[in-house]
Amino acid sequence: MVLGKGASSSLSMNKVDGAEEMVDNSNNFTVLVADDDPLIQKLHEMHLKKFGLKVQVVENGKKAVDLCHFGATFNLILIDKEMPVMDGAEATKELQAMGVNSLIVGVTSRDSPYEKQAFMEAGLDYCFEKPLTADKINFLLQELNKNN
Amino acid sequence: MERNPMGRQLAIMRQSLFDQGYLDEQFIQLEELQDDANPNFVEEVVTLYYRDSARLILNIEQALERKPFDFNKLDDYMHQFKGSSSSIGAKKVKAESTLFREYCKSGNGEGCTRTFQQLKKEYATLRKKLEAYFQMARQAGPMETACRPK
Repeated sequence: MVLGKGASSSLSMNKVDGAEEMVDNSNNFTVLVADDDPLIQKLHEMHLKKFGLKVQVVENGKKAVDLCHFGATFNLILIDKEMPVMDGAEATKELQAMGVNSLIVGVTSRDSPYEKQAFMEAGLDYCFEKPLTADKINFLLQELNKNN
Repeated sequence: MERNPMGRQLAIMRQSLFDQGYLDEQFIQLEELQDDANPNFVEEVVTLYYRDSARLILNIEQALERKPFDFNKLDDYMHQFKGSSSSIGAKKVKAESTLFREYCKSGNGEGCTRTFQQLKKEYATLRKKLEAYFQMARQAGPMETACRPK
């Protein structure tokens, strides 16, 4: 399930069948992945690179905020909710306060609608349940292409 | 398509992991990420899973030894474990994790203890099956495509 700003919770999208139907990434979008789980870091990085995205990985919200504070820019920030040092909600609020011009998407294993909604209210553009899949990335690429 | 008997055996072994409910669609997502540049990606991810989740298993075991149970902490550990298990498509392990969390929410300590024992069995069984599968995969050599379960 995807939650989005102003979107209904029954967002539907065409299911894609692996890499053959991926959206063209000739825009060379950059992605920051913020997650403290090495398994998720590896999975997300691999998934995103398959779509031709340039990926940087950090293990907590503070590092994500610091990168942006020191001038790094990303088209997309994928942010976990629960991380040490600074969690995803707090990092998202800081990133929004800084005015970062990125699509900020929560990727959480929290499955209660209440918890996802609370995470959304921190300022996310969308919130996905883990794990990231090809159709979720396709959806995000479509959004990035729209915005660019 | 498999070119040799070992390839066919490997495909049968793989299919049985899905048919018997050990793995779900997420495992196929991992296979689709594997390519010539990362020929052992699935095995690497599974190895990482078993390495990282061992810590969580230990945390849960230790938490279950402390009375009274801290159900919030137990639920939190299991939430993390469930997330990792979902990421590799460990279907039965994930199911036991879900059940454990339900027992945490209802404050059922006996249910937690019983479910955790079953979870550890499923976790160990899956590990053995995947180790055997990867060993056979190495012997069989590279396969052209992953076969989706019917």
